[in-house]
Amino acid sequence: MSEMKEKILSVIEKNSKISIRDLAIVLGEKEEDVAKAIAEMEADDTICGYHTIINWEKTNRERIVALIEVKVTPQRISGFDHLAERIYKFPEVDSVYLMSGAFDFCIMLEGKTLREVSRFVSEKLSTLESVTSTSTHFVLKKYKEHGTEMIPDKKAERQLITP
Amino acid sequence: MRNPLGKKIVDIKPSGIRKFFDIVVEMNDPEVISLGVGEPDFDTPWHVREEGIYSLEKGRTFYTSNAGLMELKVEIDRYLKRKCGVSYDPANEILVTVGGSEAIDLAMRAMLDPGDEVILPEPCYVSYKPCVILADGVPVTIPLQEKNEFKLTAEELEAAITDKTKILVLPFPNNPTGSVMTREDLEPIAKLCIEHDIFVVSDEIYGALTYGTDHVTIASLPGMWERTVLINGFSKAYAMTGWRLGYACAPAEILAQMLKIHQFAIMCAPTTSQYAAVEAMRNGDDDVEMMREAYNQRRRFLVHTFREMGLDCFEPFGAFYIFPSIKSTGMTSDEFAEKLLKEEKVAVVPGTAFGDSGEGFLRISYAYSLEELKTATERIARFVANHRAFREQ
Repeated sequence: MSEMKEKILSVIEKNSKISIRDLAIVLGEKEEDVAKAIAEMEADDTICGYHTIINWEKTNRERIVALIEVKVTPQRISGFDHLAERIYKFPEVDSVYLMSGAFDFCIMLEGKTLREVSRFVSEKLSTLESVTSTSTHFVLKKYKEHGTEMIPDKKAERQLITP
Repeated sequence: MRNPLGKKIVDIKPSGIRKFFDIVVEMNDPEVISLGVGEPDFDTPWHVREEGIYSLEKGRTFYTSNAGLMELKVEIDRYLKRKCGVSYDPANEILVTVGGSEAIDLAMRAMLDPGDEVILPEPCYVSYKPCVILADGVPVTIPLQEKNEFKLTAEELEAAITDKTKILVLPFPNNPTGSVMTREDLEPIAKLCIEHDIFVVSDEIYGALTYGTDHVTIASLPGMWERTVLINGFSKAYAMTGWRLGYACAPAEILAQMLKIHQFAIMCAPTTSQYAAVEAMRNGDDDVEMMREAYNQRRRFLVHTFREMGLDCFEPFGAFYIFPSIKSTGMTSDEFAEKLLKEEKVAVVPGTAFGDSGEGFLRISYAYSLEELKTATERIARFVANHRAFREQ
């Protein structure tokens, strides 16, 4: 991957709102080159999406986030990937990781109610043939997500003018 | 009652920055955005702060030796070897100070006799001149030229040298201009210093913040180590301004006298800060690199944006300032800064705060987030356009 693409990614990873024009200026590149590089990375799925980090606690929306540890018996031919797909295709599943250690998949799940989450675990997840056990943990509070502090302490401490 | 004050200090003018700071504070307007700060916007990296906390928990709350913690001085020597290719004996050639500013003061007091001349290339940081005067030296300023990108040239230096010249202050990367001196720029300067037997006080506090070119210390040039006091610190590189920690490196003969003043006036630099600084030097290279890259992006943004406004702005390759010319607006630096503050509520520092040769320029700091820089420069662009339209009427 070109150095320019690496630089683009490190900027937009933290600030996906930046315009292509500004991105070109801060990187000292030509606007059309940056636009082309981004288009290429979108096409080859290096860039998979642009999302917003939201502190839902500040809204009226009720959401429940759960972390589920899943143990499975991998299938002989398709291994873990096929199983993972069965799980991550559910829209309520936010993320799925294959893990080393005491369990196999780590799933982050979002639901509106406790019942919705428990129904997913008991009816959809546990019933998959290869799943041997699940363990569900509910998230009580998010402090930091994607490198961003959810309760930022942004008071300006600096004096207005210093030498 | 007799006059309680000494003439020397009373005669020193208060810093031009202070004057402008008072105007801003007096306005007390929450809408004011400032681009006038000379310190990083980043917090000190967490692992460094955590080490400071740990040192307090462990009860390391006593004086250190006068010259500083040995383990810190060892790290300073390693750092300078790694980054600049110069080496100092931690036992007697390194002194840990309360910020780079203390080191400047110590160097002047240790080296000057009454009447000795000190050459100061201006615009420059505000403390050199008062420190020289307080040490009974005579400041001789060289007004640096925009056409030379505010570098010091051999011709300018040679013209300023007299029989009384003892020290050249070399403040690069420069606050306020952002100018840097490359090895090629330094070579003829070093030659003159050797020829005329002049010492150099090299203030390299922004040495870690250069863009597209590595910082070169004049101490690394042949024949210069033995006549250079190298000053650096943690404030700018590691975003540690409030920890008040810097250092001076010099031949043992000079350092011993600086240590004597430090020992009587200060005792030792803050212990907590010294422990934190050890961690910064051991494991902080990545943090510096992250901040440097962020500054570099903002630097490009500002240079581009000021040029787009129709203001001349040479491309600076160090520190975190740009130094655009506002001569085309017909205003003086002070006028521009005061009107900009009143009309658009943006605080910038007039170039004249750093010496008369800063007239016609502004110091704009990019120790701010890109969002803050965008808002501020939109206001400045509107201000420039309004005044240009007014002039053309």
